[in-house]
Amino acid sequence: MTRPARAHPLWLAFVLHRLSGLALALFLPLHFWVLAQALTAPEQLDAFLRLTDNPAVKLAEFGLVFLLAVHFFGGLRLLALELLPWPARHKTLAAAAVALAFFVSGTFFLEAI
Amino acid sequence: MAATTQELQVSVWRGSDGAEGRFDTFAVPAYESQTVLDVVTWIQQQADPTLTYRFACRVGMCGSCAMMVNGTPRWTCRTHVKKVTQDNHLRIEPLRNMPVIKDLVADMDPFFDKWVGAEALHHPTATRDDAIVPVDAATPERQAADAGIECINCGVCYAACDTVAGNPDYLGPAALQRAWTLLNDAKDGGREAILDAVSGAGGCHNCHSMGSCTHYCPNALDPMSAIAGLKRETVRHALRRKRDA
Repeated sequence: MTRPARAHPLWLAFVLHRLSGLALALFLPLHFWVLAQALTAPEQLDAFLRLTDNPAVKLAEFGLVFLLAVHFFGGLRLLALELLPWPARHKTLAAAAVALAFFVSGTFFLEAI
Repeated sequence: MAATTQELQVSVWRGSDGAEGRFDTFAVPAYESQTVLDVVTWIQQQADPTLTYRFACRVGMCGSCAMMVNGTPRWTCRTHVKKVTQDNHLRIEPLRNMPVIKDLVADMDPFFDKWVGAEALHHPTATRDDAIVPVDAATPERQAADAGIECINCGVCYAACDTVAGNPDYLGPAALQRAWTLLNDAKDGGREAILDAVSGAGGCHNCHSMGSCTHYCPNALDPMSAIAGLKRETVRHALRRKRDA
């Protein structure tokens, strides 16, 4: 009956951390499968790698790097929150995690195009 | 206090949980200055005397009038109507994550049972015959305890917590914060009992640090950081126990 009251920065940081983790977990098996083709089917791998010159794939890679970076920095934030005594600026740290993730993935994207 | 011709549309939860309950809507006169508790009281006194709700002090000291107001857990006595109305409409419900006794009265028994479950109760270290030992306010432990000691058990954090919603056994932010203040209290002798209680299945490690407890605490306390303190202390304690074994 009661709609929960949620949309505040740390709750959104929690959701972002979980969703990025899930997305990365789904990505990793595919990633390893493609890498395994280096041994099992090199021609197929080369064909696939040529796909990555496509701008749409570059954009998807930007998304991947963002997910990885935001999960990494978000995880560091949680470790700091739970293992260091009283870091009071939780919202600042959450915002910093997102900002750093944008910086890393943005730099990657600019290098890639 | 001047009455205006304007009226608020107020939907109030009636009956008990789930399918057995419903919203009743009342038109309540809008005043320049009124709290959500004033609105609930107006309905009970002027429109429907069978409306059941709970309050005592009306000034934010007793913690008994907390309800969900437009989906947000609040002390109704300290919530100005103007700050929370949406399109001239208020939706008032009993606190989330608790069984409903009737209308706006939530059953707080499970909430208080969890305080006991978390060993969030005083464990004496002295008798009345012992001399009173002064408390040193400057120690870091005392300051950690003082940071959370103003909790008045209103249940707002418990109603805000999604982890409580997902796991009925989770002790919740209020009980765990009190356990943390006692853990840091030089006059509390229950260290082992507290650490055992808060590291169990429903304990502090269930917390996902979503921070709704801290965000919505009307007393501006920080249960999320208190629970983080418990996480640190339980891990340290477990490592030490392993080393000493």
